[in-house]
Amino acid sequence: MKKVLSILLSVAMIVLCFAACGKTDSDTNTTGKAANVKVGFIFLHDENSTYDKNFINAAEEACKKAGVEILKKTNISETQACYDAAAELVDEGCNIIFADSFGHESYIIQAAKKFPDVQFLHATGTKAHTEGLSNYHNAFASIYEGRYLAGVAAGMKLNEMISSGKITADKAKMGYVGAYTYAEVISGYTSFYLGAKSVCPSVTMEVTFTGSWYDETAEKEAAQKLINNGCVLISQHADSMGAPTACEAAGVPNVSYNGSTVSACPNTFIVSSRIDWAPYLEYAIDCVKNGKAIDTDWTGTLSTGSVVLTDVNTQAAAEGTQAKIDEVKAELESGKLHVFDTSTFTVTVSDSKNKNATVDADGYLTGYMADVNSDADNAGDTEVVSDGYFHESDKRSAPYFDVQIDGITLLDTQF
Amino acid sequence: MSNKKVREPLFHVAKRGYVPKYKSWAIRLGSIIAALIVCAVVTMLLTGENPISVYKTMFEGAFGTERKIWKLLQSLAMLLCVSLAITPAFKMRFWNIGGEGQVLIGGLATAACMILLGGKVPNALLIIIMLVASIIAGAVWALIPAVFKARFNTNETLFTLMMNYVAIQIVSYFCMYWENPKGSGKIGVINSNTMDGWLPTIGKYDYLLNIIIVLVITIAMYVYLKYSKHGYEISVVGESENTARYIGINVKKVIMRTLFLSGAICGIAGFLLVGGTDHTISSTTADGRGFTAIMVSWLAKFNPIYMILTSFLLVFLDAGASQISMVFNLNESFSDIITGIILFFIIGSEFFINYELKFRKSKKEVK
Repeated sequence: MKKVLSILLSVAMIVLCFAACGKTDSDTNTTGKAANVKVGFIFLHDENSTYDKNFINAAEEACKKAGVEILKKTNISETQACYDAAAELVDEGCNIIFADSFGHESYIIQAAKKFPDVQFLHATGTKAHTEGLSNYHNAFASIYEGRYLAGVAAGMKLNEMISSGKITADKAKMGYVGAYTYAEVISGYTSFYLGAKSVCPSVTMEVTFTGSWYDETAEKEAAQKLINNGCVLISQHADSMGAPTACEAAGVPNVSYNGSTVSACPNTFIVSSRIDWAPYLEYAIDCVKNGKAIDTDWTGTLSTGSVVLTDVNTQAAAEGTQAKIDEVKAELESGKLHVFDTSTFTVTVSDSKNKNATVDADGYLTGYMADVNSDADNAGDTEVVSDGYFHESDKRSAPYFDVQIDGITLLDTQF
Repeated sequence: MSNKKVREPLFHVAKRGYVPKYKSWAIRLGSIIAALIVCAVVTMLLTGENPISVYKTMFEGAFGTERKIWKLLQSLAMLLCVSLAITPAFKMRFWNIGGEGQVLIGGLATAACMILLGGKVPNALLIIIMLVASIIAGAVWALIPAVFKARFNTNETLFTLMMNYVAIQIVSYFCMYWENPKGSGKIGVINSNTMDGWLPTIGKYDYLLNIIIVLVITIAMYVYLKYSKHGYEISVVGESENTARYIGINVKKVIMRTLFLSGAICGIAGFLLVGGTDHTISSTTADGRGFTAIMVSWLAKFNPIYMILTSFLLVFLDAGASQISMVFNLNESFSDIITGIILFFIIGSEFFINYELKFRKSKKEVK
């Protein structure tokens, strides 16, 4: 019995081997189409993370449009593994390499120094403008403008609640679930708040931090805590469905991020902003194809199509929201309106808070030394207030607005 | 064998007696072949890809370029290092599943020295301090459950497991504490300009030093377990604590000493990861090696030399699998499926080495 079985198995193996040899030969013959641009991508997670999915979709779209070859490496941690992945992509013949996570930066810089002929692109990074490498580039988008528009939608909803007698004007309090007290998050929630304030002047906001970019339970609990505190509208800057689902369960309106959550939250989802990375990738691929230099810092805007809003969910949003968004969007694009217009908010300066700010007698910001150059001391080094507004994403692409403005209460700051 | 009137089951399981070496290796080889066939079928059914080209890609993922071979050797060395660390404890039947935490704490001690002492002491001295600190940190982390086990007979499996989570939280705390830039929750590359505390590289080979160090540890561990008095005591305590006590071995002392050693080598693994390659620390620095190491150690039957083979197998599967997902544009989960099938067969083969299936003899069949 055993002998029969073993003979059968070995025969099967031999047949398979021969079949295989034939197949592989023909395979090598067909794979010969060489494109001159090949783009390698390094993603922190795979498509199960909304953050990475947003990048993966853009990568596929941009490469398809440009007709170039694409190689993706997913689940690359922010360690030496990132350098190894970049080096392997170089070995595979990539001439553009893109990494999507903040923590990849040092390893990508290391790779950029090692492979000067390959262009390295890094989203959300902060060091390109100080590294002085011609083949290392940072990119971000003026997502604060998208947040501002989403804030306008939130303010409209608050106004609707006030006029329908559901709440009084002084009860117009929003809640915000953030990940870390990082400039990107501060810039995001402040612009969201200012957007709401532009249509609903009495609005206040509470912010809480989870200490993680993705922690469904923590985000859900944080949203619930804010709702219990009396927040009547919630938004978030973290990557899980925690906050939106908590809102749907409690029937509290939610302004989302990184894409629509309308299918899971049909009654509470208002609108969502996100960064579309495809325009940047198309731009970079085009530069390499035509032998042009890529900007050291590239900031996508509403006009480049990098900052986008989803469709407004009429089920939850106030009437006329879409029209208002379009109106404000046009003002932002024309430069008539600035998100961080210093006449629209006041700042309290104390020993523990806003040390880099200078304000006038009424508390309006007149100057701010932002920490634009990432170095060990984390100190302000560049003046960013002029012409009556805070110039966000101007001195480098990644956000550096970290002013704590009046009207926003931080419930915890340990992260 | 059985009464003709009683209906015999189709097959039954019987323990094998002595199994000659060639036979046990034949079974292992057979299991790998069977695994490859099943993987091939699964690949064709799920993806429509030609299974042979999938295997070829796997091979290329591990050995395709010189860089890949170095990376494979580095991964092998690091996994082997952690496996070697937990082996003496396992041989003593002390289920140390806290390797992950011990590596992390060792790495954290290394990172702390690099951050706090970088530029303040000569580099050679700094590296020695880092090494000593990581060894002590890892050893203490392993010694805590050992002391509780020896004194109060607490459950070491749960205790060491929980210590992993404590270590992860402590590392997360320090990631916040030393974060750069502010608010990012990440330490970033430590001393990236001065390279203080970075282990030297031998020639142009980034990973060679790590590999050599682990090779030395492997040989030392082999000698320690096989030829030293300590090694003998470990096996006796593992076989039977009562016997050990009877022949005058101080069991408590052996437990604590062995765990100290176990944790110390985990600490060295952390030192090599942080000081040698990553130059940063995060809660994922150990990357699950503390758990994978258990499989490496078991499959090799706690023999350090065999462990080179078993850890090679695991890192080979890992490197090959990630190449598959890249080249065929598949989700990383697919490569996990392939790895899972292969491991299932290999672990299963150990069952068939120890036991055999006896089929019901039918009259027609001629054996």
